[in-house]
Amino acid sequence: MDMTQYLEIFIDETKEHLQGLNQSLLQLEQNPDDTTVLNEIFRVAHTLKGMAGTMGFTKMARLTHDMENVLHALRNNEISVTTKLVDVLFKCLDALENYLNSIVNTSGEGDEEYKDIIQDLNDVLHGNTGNTDAAEAPPDKAAPVVQAALPKEESIYPTANVQLDQYEQNVINKAVEMGMNAFRITVVLSKGCVLKSARSFIIFQTLERYSDIIKSIPKVEDIEDEKFDFEFTVVAVSKESSELFIKELNSIAEVEKVVISSLSACPIDTSGENNNGTSAEVNAVETAAEEELLEEKDEQKTVAASKKAVTGKTVRVDINRLDVLMNLVSELIIQKTRLEGMDGVDRSQTFNESLESLERITTDLHDAVMKVRMVPVETVFNRFPRMVRDISKDLGKEIVLNMSGEETELDRTVIDEIGDPLIHMLRNSVDHGIEPADKRKASGKPVAGHINLKAYQDGNNVIIEVSDDGQGIDTENVKKKAIEKGLISKEMANNLSQKDIIDFLFKPSFSTANKITNLSGRGVGLDVVKTKIESLNGSVEVETEKGKGSRFIIRLPLTLAIIQALLVLIGNEKYAIPISSVSQIINISPEDIKFVQKQEVILLRNMVVPIIRLDKVLGVPAEKSQEKQKQLTVVIVKKGEKLSGFLVDVLIGQQEIVIKSLGKLLQGIRCIAGATILGDGNVALILDVNSLA
Amino acid sequence: MELSSNTDVRQYVVFKLGQDEYGVDIQKVTTIEQVKPIARVPRTPDYIKGVLNLRGDIIPIMDLRKRFNLPVEPDTEDTRIIIIKIEEISIGIIVDSVAEVMNLTEADIENVTNFTTEFSLDYIMGVGKADGRIVTLLNMEKLIKLEDNL
Repeated sequence: MDMTQYLEIFIDETKEHLQGLNQSLLQLEQNPDDTTVLNEIFRVAHTLKGMAGTMGFTKMARLTHDMENVLHALRNNEISVTTKLVDVLFKCLDALENYLNSIVNTSGEGDEEYKDIIQDLNDVLHGNTGNTDAAEAPPDKAAPVVQAALPKEESIYPTANVQLDQYEQNVINKAVEMGMNAFRITVVLSKGCVLKSARSFIIFQTLERYSDIIKSIPKVEDIEDEKFDFEFTVVAVSKESSELFIKELNSIAEVEKVVISSLSACPIDTSGENNNGTSAEVNAVETAAEEELLEEKDEQKTVAASKKAVTGKTVRVDINRLDVLMNLVSELIIQKTRLEGMDGVDRSQTFNESLESLERITTDLHDAVMKVRMVPVETVFNRFPRMVRDISKDLGKEIVLNMSGEETELDRTVIDEIGDPLIHMLRNSVDHGIEPADKRKASGKPVAGHINLKAYQDGNNVIIEVSDDGQGIDTENVKKKAIEKGLISKEMANNLSQKDIIDFLFKPSFSTANKITNLSGRGVGLDVVKTKIESLNGSVEVETEKGKGSRFIIRLPLTLAIIQALLVLIGNEKYAIPISSVSQIINISPEDIKFVQKQEVILLRNMVVPIIRLDKVLGVPAEKSQEKQKQLTVVIVKKGEKLSGFLVDVLIGQQEIVIKSLGKLLQGIRCIAGATILGDGNVALILDVNSLA
Repeated sequence: MELSSNTDVRQYVVFKLGQDEYGVDIQKVTTIEQVKPIARVPRTPDYIKGVLNLRGDIIPIMDLRKRFNLPVEPDTEDTRIIIIKIEEISIGIIVDSVAEVMNLTEADIENVTNFTTEFSLDYIMGVGKADGRIVTLLNMEKLIKLEDNL
C-alpha cells in the first residue's frame, strides 16, 4: 500500500470540506444560534482532523483539533458566537487552505504552525471562565479506551472470531516455542473515520514494525479496498509484550478500541478442527447472541452499501481526457458534414436513412459530451460570499450579497476563465457602487447595501448579472475624466449618449476613483474584464441609474468548441458567421443604402443600421465582372443591443462548425475569431462579429 | 579535426526558389506536402498566403517568394509546401521544388558576416558549400517572426 494513492483523494475531499466549511461559517455568522450549522461545522472540523491525522499531516491535525475544542465548547453553550470568534474560525479556514495548497504543491504541509491562530483559539476558550476543563479535554483523547483482553470481546467484535488453519497454528506453536508471544489483536476504528483503508495502512505499518502478521480478517486486500466495517483482527507473533501494542495502537488517531488477547501454543488437532485456546468454547456459548449481532451488522451493511451506490455514480476524470473526447467528436462531425455534402453518390433511400441516423447519433453524442463538460457556476460563485464579507469589513460597509442561479451550467473552459472578471466586478460594486452608510441613510436607503449576483440561461447563452443598489455611475464625472485624459474633445463629449460614456469605463487605464485604494483606482479592471469576456466570445453591458444603482450584464456562450454558423461567400472566399449573433437576413436594393456622414446605413423598421461592406473590410480581391447587383444580401448581426448589417455576396447555408484556432503565429488578428474545416476539407474563417460590428 | 567535424554532420532539406538553393534544418521539418487549397487570411502581411487544413490542423502558410521579394510565379507540378515546426508553432513554406537532403559538416558552412557586411537579414544562418554548389541556410525561427503589423 502506498500513501500517494490516497493523497489525491485527500486533496479533493479536503477541498470539498473546506468549501463546505466556508459556507457554514458564513451561515453561522448570520444565524449564531443555528445548532444544525454548528453541528455541521463541528462535523467538518472533526472529519478534517481525522483525515489530516490519517495522512500524517500533524500540524494540520493539531490546528483542526484546537478548532474542534472551541466548537465543542460552542456546542455545549460554554461560549457564545461572537464576531471575534467567527474571525478566528475564518483565520483557521485560511490556514487550512494554506496547508492544503502546500500539500498540493509539495506533498507536504509545510512548516508554518499558525501558533497565533492556535493561541487565539485557546484565548477564546479561556476567555470564558469556569467550564474550560470540559472544553480542554480533547474528544479524541477520551475516545480510545484500553480494554482488558477478555475472551468475551469476541462476541462483540465479529472479526475477532479468528479461525486458524493448521499451518497458522503451526507458526504460532513454533513462535511460542522460541519464546515469542502470539496475539490476536482486534482494532476498532471510530465511526467517523473517513479514509478507513489509509488508516488501516498506518495501523498495519505500526504492527509490522514490532511483529509478524500471520493472518488478518478480513483479508489485507479487502481492507485495502475498504471492504470492512470499522474493525479488523490480525494474528501476529512478536517478541514484544501486549502493553506495547496497546500503547502504540492507541496513539494512532481514530482508533476507538484495541483488544488484545494472547494465543497459546496448541497441539494441532488431527481432525483438522480449528482450535485457538479459549475462543472455541466461548463460540459455542454465545452463538445465539452472536447471530443476533450479525443480523444487526448485516442491516448496517446494506445501509452502507446503498449509500455507496449513490456516491459511486460520479467519476473524477482528467479534463484532458474530456478534451480528447471532444476533439474526436469534432472530427466526427466534420466527417458527417462531409458525407452529407458528398456529390456523385448513389443516394438510395437506405443511404439517406443511415445518414439521417448518423446525424442524430452525432448530435446526441455531441450533446452528451457537452453535458459532461458542463459545470455549475456554483463552483465559481461559492468563494464570493467570503470575499464580499472580507472587503465590506475592510471598508466598513454593511453589504448583503444575494446569489441566485448557482446551478446554471457552463462549459468547463468558460468556468475556469470567468472567476477573475467576476471578482473585479464584485469588488467594483462593493467599492464604487455601494455608498458609505451615512450617505445611504441621507438618501433614504437601507443602511445595508445589496449586491445581487444572478446567473441564468438565455437560449444558447448564459447571462451573469452583477447588480447593486448603490450610487450608480456618475456619467458626468466619467465625461470629465475622458476630457481630462484627452480621449474626446469637450464639444464631442456633449453629443455622447449615456452608453458611449459608459464605454469609456472599459478603456484601458481609465479610473474614476480619485484616490488609489488597495481595491481600485489604478484603472486596471473593467478593460481587463471586457477583454477576458470577449476572448470567451461573450459581451458585457452596463445599465446604470444615478442614485439607484448599476447592473453589469455578462453574456457568455454555452460552449466554445462547436457552434452553428451561417456560411457566406464574399468574393470567392467562404466565411462563417456565428448564428448566435445573426439577427436576420434581408434583401435590399442598392438605393436603400443612405449615407450618414459618409457611413452607409439602412433603415430597418425605423432603426438606423450601419452597413459594413465585408469585402472592403476583409480586403477580398475584387472580382473582375463587378456588375451592379440589383439585389444586395444583408446579414443583420447583433452585438449586444447594437445592430449592424454585413453586406455579403452569396448565402451558402447554416452548418455546424468546429472552431479551431489559427495558431500562435496568427492569433490576435482582429475581425477573425478562428477557422473551421468545411466538409470538402477546405478552410473557412470565422468572422469575429464583436470586432467587426 | 577531421574526426570531430564528422560527428557534427547535420542534415538539411534543400529546396529551390528561382535559381537559388536554400536549406532548412531537417530536424525542424515535419512533412513535405503537395499544394492544397489555401484560405486567405485578411489583415496579414502579403507573404502570409493563408491557412490550410493539414489532417485536421490549421496551418499558416508563408509564400517564400513574396517574403524574399522575388517575382510571383504560378504553381507548377514541382511546387511543394514544407511544413516546419518550431517549438509550438507550425508553419508551411511554399517553395518551387524540393531537391534533396544534404549532409553538411560545420566546416562546410560559412558564416555570412564573413564576406559581406551588407547582410542585415538575420534569417540567414550561413552558407553551405558542397560539390561546388552554394546553399543558403535559413534560420527559420527568425524567418517566421512576423512584423507587428497584424
